[in-house]
Amino acid sequence: MKETDAVETGQYLTFKIGEEIFALEVSQVREVLDMSRITRVPRAPDFMRGVINVRGSVVPVVDLRLKFGLTRTESTVDTRIVVMEINLDGESTVLGALADSVDEVIELEPAHIENPPRIGMRWRTEFIKGIGKRDDKFIILLDIDRVFSTDELALVADVESAGADIDLEAPSEFQPQPHQHKGAAEMIDR
Amino acid sequence: MDNHKMVYREEAFELLVDLETALLELEETPEDEELIGRVFRSLHTIKGSGAMFGYEDVAAFTHEIEAVYEQVRDGRLTVARDLVSLSLSACDLIRKMVAEEDLDTTHAAEMMGRFREFLPEGAATDRPGDAAAPFTPLRTRTYRIRFHPHPGLFAAGANPALIIDEIRGLGDCEVVAHFQDVPPLDELDPEACRLSWDLILQTDRGENAIRDAFIFVADTSDLEIQAMDAGPNPKDGPTDFRRIGEILLERGDITPEALDDALSEQARELAVDRRAERRISEIGVVSSIRVPADKLDTLVNLVGELVTVQANLSRKGGMSDDPELLAISEEVERLITSLRENAMSLRMLPIGSTFQKFRRLVRDLAEELGKEAAMTTSGADTELDKTVIDQLNDPLVHIIRNEIDHGIEPPHVREALGKPRQGTIHLSAAHSGAKVLIRISGDGAGLDTDAIRARAIERNLIPPDMELEEDELHNLIFSPGFSTAKRVTDVSGRGVGMDVVKRRIEALHGKVEIESRRGQGAAITLSLPLTLAIIDGLLVRIGTTHFVLPLSAVEECLELNREEANQSRDRGMMRYRDRMIIYLGLREFFGIDGEPPAIERVVVSDIGGEKIGFGLDQVIGHHQTVIKPLGRIYRDIQGVSGATILGDGSVSLILDVHQIFQSMEGQGGKEDSAEKH
Repeated sequence: MKETDAVETGQYLTFKIGEEIFALEVSQVREVLDMSRITRVPRAPDFMRGVINVRGSVVPVVDLRLKFGLTRTESTVDTRIVVMEINLDGESTVLGALADSVDEVIELEPAHIENPPRIGMRWRTEFIKGIGKRDDKFIILLDIDRVFSTDELALVADVESAGADIDLEAPSEFQPQPHQHKGAAEMIDR
Repeated sequence: MDNHKMVYREEAFELLVDLETALLELEETPEDEELIGRVFRSLHTIKGSGAMFGYEDVAAFTHEIEAVYEQVRDGRLTVARDLVSLSLSACDLIRKMVAEEDLDTTHAAEMMGRFREFLPEGAATDRPGDAAAPFTPLRTRTYRIRFHPHPGLFAAGANPALIIDEIRGLGDCEVVAHFQDVPPLDELDPEACRLSWDLILQTDRGENAIRDAFIFVADTSDLEIQAMDAGPNPKDGPTDFRRIGEILLERGDITPEALDDALSEQARELAVDRRAERRISEIGVVSSIRVPADKLDTLVNLVGELVTVQANLSRKGGMSDDPELLAISEEVERLITSLRENAMSLRMLPIGSTFQKFRRLVRDLAEELGKEAAMTTSGADTELDKTVIDQLNDPLVHIIRNEIDHGIEPPHVREALGKPRQGTIHLSAAHSGAKVLIRISGDGAGLDTDAIRARAIERNLIPPDMELEEDELHNLIFSPGFSTAKRVTDVSGRGVGMDVVKRRIEALHGKVEIESRRGQGAAITLSLPLTLAIIDGLLVRIGTTHFVLPLSAVEECLELNREEANQSRDRGMMRYRDRMIIYLGLREFFGIDGEPPAIERVVVSDIGGEKIGFGLDQVIGHHQTVIKPLGRIYRDIQGVSGATILGDGSVSLILDVHQIFQSMEGQGGKEDSAEKH
């Protein structure tokens, strides 16, 4: 796969939510844990599933499926908690995210990462840094800081109601549309 | 160098606090030489190290003050109130200079001018480091000084050449430098000091002046100061040799009176020197290390984790049949308990340092309001967790302000009432079990219950026809938006006082109580937990979820049968000791599924005088709770203040009963609940 050394190759952890493959920069990932007992925090939004004990520290766990407007993550043998370090309003904080399964660590060259298309996506484009392509599969690179920015936490109800009527379990129908590429930032401004 | 600057800063702030304390005490006992010495030493250290670390403005400014206190020390000037006031504002200015805040240089210059007015004509000097005001001349003596710096001297930011110059300024001085330790050029480390010096100094300033010059290098060098013409030690008893005085007397060179004078002077000097020596050796014994607070926090966190792991180990040990494992687990438990106590004690600070700050506050406020007030303290050595002390400052300021503003009467009123002109505010601290009681009492007017009542009605806090007990009226001052000040002063009376105090103290898991007797004074007692990192909790269960209630919030545990519980739930009220109190089923509040048990437990809490019963399934028991933050994304969640890890490794939430109560009030659940039945 390696074509050139001139550009920096990023390492990404891939995980699945439904049939979709997502990726996070490994520098943001602290560890991957098996599913454990989550203590629910009452009166919190549903996607904030609760807190777990990570070697003596209390770490909040969020359900990315709920966050993305899908159904609640059911616990299976493949379910994992991805513990990551995210930046909330300039403050670094540790958070666990539920994933249906965690796959592997891959390398992606910038040449293989494209900007997210403006339309034809069922994922909110502002959460996406780019689309990676590997073995004919598309990998969605998450802008995880943005997913959990405080504004987004406040908008939780909107996301939930907006996502409710999407056919959740269907495989992704996403098609890249190279001629419509625009910078991600521009789209967010819209 | 930045690191050194920071150390200097911290030290300077401490010295300033000490200086303020000394000044305030000096105001009361202006003749106390010990205090004058303390003021002088603090000033000298601030000045000297200021110059060394590049705070030229601090050095120049402090020099003027030092010159004035030199006059005081030499008995040419007595300390009066105006000088103390001026010195205190000077402390503020120095503090700003050290903090490198932007400040008005004309203000500093003007203040320096006012200090100069205390000096006799021609005594002021412009060159810091040269104390020009003439000393009461001590006898000129010759000292041999051996100054042997450690190689790390330069790293500490000291310049030996400046020190030697300072010594030279004290009198006739011969300097011999020793080069024998200096290595060949190719081995020379320019950052290590390899020189040492012998100095022969003739001076009338005494040994202390010499020691002062070396004060900043005392830790990084070996210093020997020897008076070469030291007289015989009177304690040595009679000797066979005839003393020089006797010889002189025999020869008729001096009169017996002159001899006695000279001898007693010599004895006095020796005593002074010894005292200084003793002080220096005392400093050596009480050694302490400065550690950044966050390192201590990390340590306490780690110990907290150990406690959790140990709880798990004990549980496993208790379940297994292996006596060896049980023995080990018990041993670990014992060790961790003492480790925890030790780690906690590291964060404990005496509350005295906070008390001292208030002396100044009382003085300034009383002056501003045209009242006379003094502060007395007791129990200043009571220790409290640093985080608690830090958060105690603002509430105490509010309380003291209130007491001076509303409590203490103006001097003429006090005299008319047969009280001493000067009001007294007493701050005390004492341990009481796992709590610390801090009591602020004043001998002022006490709470004006009529005014409180009128105000509460005006503010719609109570209905006009409501009958209230004395102490219920007193507690109204803790209501939000309450203020009885007839006029708004910039001291208090903005209506943000006491309710904020109450909230802050409760956030610290503490309680506020008030006692007042009309015309005789009021006292506010804060009871606080020793530490915030670990609290005593009550472990409870609702369905399969465990929660921890802070034990400080628990007043009583009761039982309700199903029928009573259902009734209470419907009405939002329950019967408690012949009266009705608010009832809140936590199962419903937290939306926990499942059937409640046949017998429901109720934990009764007292929240600001209001009793409230929390319905739950089971009370499990006492739990030493290591508090963990819940994480940023949960910061807006009401009713939960943190989390803790139970022995089995699961996470349990710590309930914040005040917040639960407030969020209930927000939903309009309060109604007539305060009414008695």
